[in-house]
Amino acid sequence: MSRLSHGGGRTAIGLVVEPPAGRRPVIDRGADRKRDGMRRRELLAGGLMAAAGIGITMKGSAYRLGTLSHMGPGFFPTVLGAILIVLGLAIAAAPYAPGAVAAEDGHDAAPDLSQWRAWLCILLSPVLFIVFGRSFGMIPGAFACVLIAALGDRDATLRGCLILAAVVTIFGAALFSWILQVPMPLLTWGIGA
Amino acid sequence: MIGTALGDLWTGFGVALQPVHLWWCFVGVVVGNMVGVLPGMGPLATISILLPLTFGMKPVAAVLMIAGVMYGAQYGGAICSILLNLPCHPPHAVTCLDGFPMTQQGRGGVALGLTVLSSFVGASWGITLMVFLSPLLVRAALQFGPADICALMLLGLLAGSTLARGSPLKGVAMTVLGLFLGSIGTDIETGTDRFTFGLTQLGDGVELIALALGLFGIAQFMASVNRLAPVNHRYTRIGIRDMRPGLDDLKQAFLPMWRGTIIGSLCSLIPGTGPTIASFVSYAAEKKIAKHPEKFGTGVIAGVVSPEASTHSSVQGDFIPTMSLGIPGDPVMALLLGALMIQGIQPGPQLISEHPDIFWGLVASFWIGNIMLVVLNVPLIGVWVKLLAIPYRFLYPSAMFFVCIAIYAANNDFFQVGEAALIGAFGYVLLLLGFHPAPILLGFVLGPRLEENFRRAMVVSRGDIAIFVERPISAVFIALCALLILSQIYFRLRAANRAIAVPPPPSFST
Repeated sequence: MSRLSHGGGRTAIGLVVEPPAGRRPVIDRGADRKRDGMRRRELLAGGLMAAAGIGITMKGSAYRLGTLSHMGPGFFPTVLGAILIVLGLAIAAAPYAPGAVAAEDGHDAAPDLSQWRAWLCILLSPVLFIVFGRSFGMIPGAFACVLIAALGDRDATLRGCLILAAVVTIFGAALFSWILQVPMPLLTWGIGA
Repeated sequence: MIGTALGDLWTGFGVALQPVHLWWCFVGVVVGNMVGVLPGMGPLATISILLPLTFGMKPVAAVLMIAGVMYGAQYGGAICSILLNLPCHPPHAVTCLDGFPMTQQGRGGVALGLTVLSSFVGASWGITLMVFLSPLLVRAALQFGPADICALMLLGLLAGSTLARGSPLKGVAMTVLGLFLGSIGTDIETGTDRFTFGLTQLGDGVELIALALGLFGIAQFMASVNRLAPVNHRYTRIGIRDMRPGLDDLKQAFLPMWRGTIIGSLCSLIPGTGPTIASFVSYAAEKKIAKHPEKFGTGVIAGVVSPEASTHSSVQGDFIPTMSLGIPGDPVMALLLGALMIQGIQPGPQLISEHPDIFWGLVASFWIGNIMLVVLNVPLIGVWVKLLAIPYRFLYPSAMFFVCIAIYAANNDFFQVGEAALIGAFGYVLLLLGFHPAPILLGFVLGPRLEENFRRAMVVSRGDIAIFVERPISAVFIALCALLILSQIYFRLRAANRAIAVPPPPSFST
């Protein structure tokens, strides 16, 4: 497995350089479990797409559909939603087709959820940037944004994160506020835009 | 014909050599080179972060810089593969196979030197192709009616989503999702607000920068955090002197380099097959025709030179449909077109005649930028290698700040930062479920134009959908689409009949 196995798009997995070494029947011990995990994941994936499609179709058809020669604003999205529903069903059904291969895109069958703390930190980072940036200016915004993101790392220490946040804030304020003239006050006080 | 192209190219050099343009080309190339080396940072996120900076520039400078980041990153990616065995950039993953063994044998410098050389050869060939092919393509494309454009876009989108990595079904689903995201906002023809949920900020649609940074910045960081292995620095001490290849090495490299170049340019002409596929195909081809195929994987020069040349010739070739037809082949090209549209320039076949300075300036800057890269790469490799010592836990929090401030700076609006966070969370869910989000960007950029041309075609034909098969040009594109889908089904069925387990993906780590 390459090191960036979840790097979606980063690795070149899925492309096979070597031709298959011969006919290998799928009687692997873990194969059954892998297949079930794969089916569950594809069911979720397809279900998500179908649900999105249903939402888009319903909302889209509320706008005027019009006729083919004079399309209303709802026509294009409604068609897209319908296509998405069909694709979602096909994705969910694909692993049940004969000869379906497990994890063909190289991702592990079951998503690894162990990094939830890091994810939370990364997602909170822009939120804190908005909250602090809006009310108190760029310096507090940048500091909070970097600090919370840095805390997501496995090896993070509070001291290291504080230092990193301070360094990035000083450098960032100089770069964006003075050199690039981004119109965001460095320090301010007040709620609202 | 050839004469006019050369004349235009001459004016292009005039544009590209203006100090301002030289400067931005240089900035783009250096920044691209740097992020190309850093694992966990991609050219897509970098270009999106730099995008707000381009708003204040002239369109030519903006395009030169963005393109510079793009091909600069390609040079950097090879360094990462050869010295560290890290396939951080998909097109260079295959270079690890023979590049890293060369490094282990103490010939990493030679591998890098040859890579720079073959990259330059590949890129030059790709640029030459662009000079002569683009005007031809444009001449044909100017005859296209709305139905033809529509069919061509359909082909581009289908190819981009089915030939890329992963399941074709999921790829198409991502494209459709992208098309939908592109339709959010005020409908141009009727003025109706679509899917805005009453939020005025969504009236202008989803912000391109927020989408790109959500998918390829935030979601990407979530995927890489705590998962990147520490970098192995054992072999990273490379001096300038080590990089000079011997005469014997050059002899061994010469033919594979040209074969790779040709394969790369062929791949770039098939829509949807980008540099990644080109590099894999050329590696496989080298192995097939080699006298000693068993030696591949132990540090064979051909196994480094051919995929690298192929990557670069295909990267440059990708600009051909992007600039001459307005159909991007990969998400970076989609971003480039997005940047042009932000500048108020409509991509499409009319671009070359309406804005010759952009097109020919870009072509000329490719050469200038590639020469800069060759010159810079030699002394800078040492610097980049030192940069690699920065652990990811310092890198991604800093990048998060850059992401936030870049999105804010695009419109001075906090709303879009939140938009990006939401898109990032959703994008990571997609990654977890095995989707590749790249086609979303293609669909997003092409969506509004696809809808517009579809509407126009339907007005012209008075609602008769048969126009797509009655017009010869669009009929050809539709036939190609059908062929693409049928071939996918055929391969799937054949695999099912054989019931062969897919071999495990190639492993690049030792």
